[in-house]
This record gives sequence, structure tokens and C-alpha cells, in this order.
Amino acid sequence: MTDKVIPGLEEKGDNPVDSVSFIYDSETSDAVKIFAALRDKGTNYEVSSLKTFVGLISRDLRVLTKNIGEVISRTAMQPFLFVFVFAYLFPKIGQGFSGTSLKTISFATILVPGLVGVAATMSGVMAVGLPLAIDLGVTKEIEDRAMAPVPVWMVGAEKIIFGAIQGLISALIVFPLVILVPSTPVQVHVSNWLILIVVIFLACMISGSLGLTLGSLVRPEKIGLMFSLLVLPLTMLGCIYYPWASLSSVRWLQILVLLNPMVYVSEGLRQALTPQLPHMPTWGFLTALFAIAIFLTLFGLKLFVRRVQT
Amino acid sequence: MSEILLKVSNLVKTYPGLHPVQALRGVSFEVSKGEIFGLLGPNGAGKTTTVGIATTRVIPTSGDITVDSVDVIKNPQEAKMLMGVVTQFNTLDRSLNVKENLYFHCKYFGYSSKMAKQRSDELLELFQLTDKSKAKPIALSGGLAQRVQLARAIAHYPKILFLDEPTAGLDPQSRLALWQVVKILKSQGVTIILTTHYMEEADSLCDRLAIVDHGKILQLDTPQNLKSSLGATTFLDLKFVDNVEDKISKIETIDEVTEVEKLTDRYRVFVTDPKSITLVIEAAVSMGLKDLSIIEPTLETVFIKLTGRELRD
Repeated sequence: MTDKVIPGLEEKGDNPVDSVSFIYDSETSDAVKIFAALRDKGTNYEVSSLKTFVGLISRDLRVLTKNIGEVISRTAMQPFLFVFVFAYLFPKIGQGFSGTSLKTISFATILVPGLVGVAATMSGVMAVGLPLAIDLGVTKEIEDRAMAPVPVWMVGAEKIIFGAIQGLISALIVFPLVILVPSTPVQVHVSNWLILIVVIFLACMISGSLGLTLGSLVRPEKIGLMFSLLVLPLTMLGCIYYPWASLSSVRWLQILVLLNPMVYVSEGLRQALTPQLPHMPTWGFLTALFAIAIFLTLFGLKLFVRRVQT
Repeated sequence: MSEILLKVSNLVKTYPGLHPVQALRGVSFEVSKGEIFGLLGPNGAGKTTTVGIATTRVIPTSGDITVDSVDVIKNPQEAKMLMGVVTQFNTLDRSLNVKENLYFHCKYFGYSSKMAKQRSDELLELFQLTDKSKAKPIALSGGLAQRVQLARAIAHYPKILFLDEPTAGLDPQSRLALWQVVKILKSQGVTIILTTHYMEEADSLCDRLAIVDHGKILQLDTPQNLKSSLGATTFLDLKFVDNVEDKISKIETIDEVTEVEKLTDRYRVFVTDPKSITLVIEAAVSMGLKDLSIIEPTLETVFIKLTGRELRD
């Protein structure tokens, strides 16, 4: 992080600016005066990468808070309807799923880690990926941020961090829903806080970097396709609605889904929140999550820089 | 010799791909502090690529470029602090209103919240945008959007301002208003690089300009010198009923005629003394004149002379 004083601005004293109209009276001396003030105004300030980074984050947070209602409904609607239909309505109307090996544990309990995980991971695609794809492909709004005095990769890194924050917010929105809505008992207890925090952290990082990767990769006109070909399979085959161990009866699928990052998020949270359910060994999901988070971060940044700089 | 603010040396850019595009084939020029320097040329000439490289967004294949002695390619971070950019596209942040666009731009350049707020209020007033401060960028007219972009571009006190086709698609009134702002900025010592394919714009704003085509600078001088480089004060464009190729020497031999150029459907006659116009016309009439127009030299005629085609091709 380098600290730099904007050249030419450091020496001059304070010089208050008068309000003058100039656009249609450019020849007036007042107009000249105000631009002189503009150029010489003695503002002593330093630019650092950190300050720029904070500026970029605060821009995203401003947009987030402006649209908070939208963000909440977008995040909450899908999981809410899901638990409402499958964990509230189905038990009430006597229709439901039965697991052979998991009879003592309600479906609602199985859903808790899965739905929290998918909300955290996929929110990055919604909050970072979609706007970025349009931004890079159509509106070029990113230009002003690309011209900020930091390396271009840092503008992408900010997107990852913002996606991660958004992921955490989504997890916090969804968690109470999946606990409170079901009509059958939900058994959740945190077995290991450290694992919970690490898994949530990694899920959020994957969320942001997946958003950056997809946003930099996908052309705006292909967004619909991205949802059908990528987001949907990642979700449906992400061990969200069933533990990975129970896939042993469909062995080929159990192996195939190991390619899906969602699986490790679900399994990690399963271990942390509902340890009574079968789950992957800790080393397994942690290694995979770390590797995926690092890979997507580097890959996403590289793609982003390549899109911004030709 | 005045201080050199922008120095471009041997810039080459080839966009890779199945059919590589050679956008720049060795472009060099220098711009002094306080100058308005124009890049004039048709679309695809390499103007935007040059500005793209100068503003760190395009990586050159080879060549060097410095802004205020800062190497743009090696040290883009420092270079970006010295420059402001306005393009022909509305790149305002659509998720924010006008004032927030200015406010967050200041934040990106390290301002504290208080300073950023003060600066954006100041700019709103300066650019007569106060009543639009809450407006969304997509609700603005082209002229207003350009005004906001200009305000945003100078918010961090850049030493050099890049205006890439800033008036493309603007109505005449907004264009004039923008020209006025550019002139005031110049009077305050801001160095400006302007790309345009509007002759009048280049002529009335630029101190010096480079005529660019196919990734090369064809000529570089003041607008006045470029125009007088044609060695003529007036042109006559003549169309004839029949083919007059064998008779055209009749005009060529008139004393004040410096050159006769054959264009696709007409002859362009370069005359140094307006008094000899009547002589040319008399000769032309005897050869079967169909149509005649008299033109003062403009940058467009310079461009046609240099490239053999019109600027709007």
C-alpha cells in the first residue's frame, strides 16, 4: 500500500469557492476565478490503496442499503417457500419424503445446513455476478472504478469481499427462517464453533469469487443460460436436500457431485450445525473448500483484469 | 520549451485474435502543459486505442508513454491519479444518483467523507447541476450526462484530461456548452487531449492536432498551419458534362493554380489567389462545366488531401 500526495495540491492554503454560474457566461471573470479555485484549492489529502478500497466497498454498501428491501426478498423468498412447502405444508397434509436410514431425523433438520449454505454461496452470483456481467458487457459503468488509483485486480478483489459480505447477510437472513417455519421439530446445535466460522467464511469467499468469475466470464445475453446450466445443477446436486452419505445407493452420482463446490459447503455446515446427520470427514470438506476458494479467487481476478484491460 | 506533460513514443497495438487487428502502427507525439491537443480521424483510425493506452485501460504491444514523467505502463496506479477521462458513452454509475456519482468518485481518490461531500456540492454548483443532484443517470439527457461526466472527471484535480469523442451524439447547444467548459479548463492550465471526428470541433478547440488514419499520424500541426499546408487559399470543385481528361491541362496552366486533383466524380482545383477564380471558371465553361462549388480550406479538405477519402467514411 503506497501513500501518495496528489501532486500540486499540497502547498496551497485554503481557498473557499464562490458559487458562480459559468456554463452560459464563460467569459466572466467569476468563472475564471472559480476554476482557479478548483485547480489550486489547497486540500491536503493522501491517497492510499486502502482508502480507495474502502471507497469502493462503501459504494457497494450504499447500493445495498438503498435496495435493502429488494435484497431481503430476493434472498428470503426461495428458501422461505421451500421450507414452507416441504417442511411446513407437507407434514400437515400428510404428504412427504421418507428416508430409509434417517427416519428419526426430520427433513426440516436436513434442510437447515443445506439452505443456509446455498443462500450464502449463491448470493454472490446474484449480488456480484449479475450486475458485473451487465456492467462489463453493456453499460461500462465499471470504467470510473477501473480508473481509481489502485491496480485493477483490487477493484475485482473488492467485488469478492462485497460478495462475501452479501453471502454472510444472506446466511443470517435464511437461518431463522429454516428454524422457525417448519411444522416438524428442527434439531440444530453448534457442535464446533471453529468449524462453523471457517466453513461460513470459506462459503462466503467462494460466493464472492464465484460471482466475480461468472460476472467476468458470462456475456449479459447468456445470463439465462448460466442459470439453467450452472446455478440450477449446482443447487439441485449440491447435497442441499440430502446428505452426501445417503447418495451411496447411487454411487456414480455420489462420485460425480464431488466436482460441485456446493457439496462441501453443505457437508461442512452439516457437520457444524447438525452433527447427528451423516457427513463427510472434516479434512475432506475443509481441504476442498480451501482449494476451491483459492482457485476461484485467482481465476476470477485474472478474468476480471483481462476484461477490464485489453 | 514548455513543460512536456504527455509523451507518446512509437506506440504499437495489435489486438490478437483469429484476424489480428493492427490498431496502432507506431504513433509518437508530445503534448505541452496547458495545451489542447486533438486527435482527428475517422472511426477505427486508432484514436480511442491511443487514449485507451494513455489511460491504462489498453496494454500496448510496444512503445512508451509517460504522463508528467510517470510511466503509464509500468506505474499505472500513480498515473491514474494525474488523469481524468470522459468518453462518448454514459458510464455514470446507474445505481447511484448524480451527487453520489461525484461523491463516490472522490472517495475512490482517497477523500474523507466530509471532503467528498463538500467537493461534490461544489461541483454540482459549478456545473449547474444542483437541481439534478438526486436524479438518476439514466434520466439525464445526453448533454447533461456529459456535464456530469466532466464534473466527475475533474473532481480529483487531474493534470491532464482525456476527452474521447465527448460530443458524439450531442445536440448543437450541448456541444457548444461543452466546448465552453473545455476552454475554461484550458484557461486554468488543465492539459486536454481531445479525440473527435468533427472538424469544426478540432478547428475551434485545439491548439495543435494530429490527423490520424489507419493507426498512423499523417500530419501534426496547428489547425491553421494544417490548412495553409495545402498551399492554396481557395478550392474549386468542378464537374464536367463529358470526360475532360485530355483538356484539363488548360486549367492546370493557369498561373495561380497550384494543383488540379482528380477526385472520383470531379476535379479539385487549388487556387492561391482568389482573383484567378474567374479565369478558372472561364476555362471550365469552355470545357463543358456541369457543376461548380467554391470552398475555403478546412480540416476536411486537408484530410481528403492526405488520405484521398472523406472523413466520415
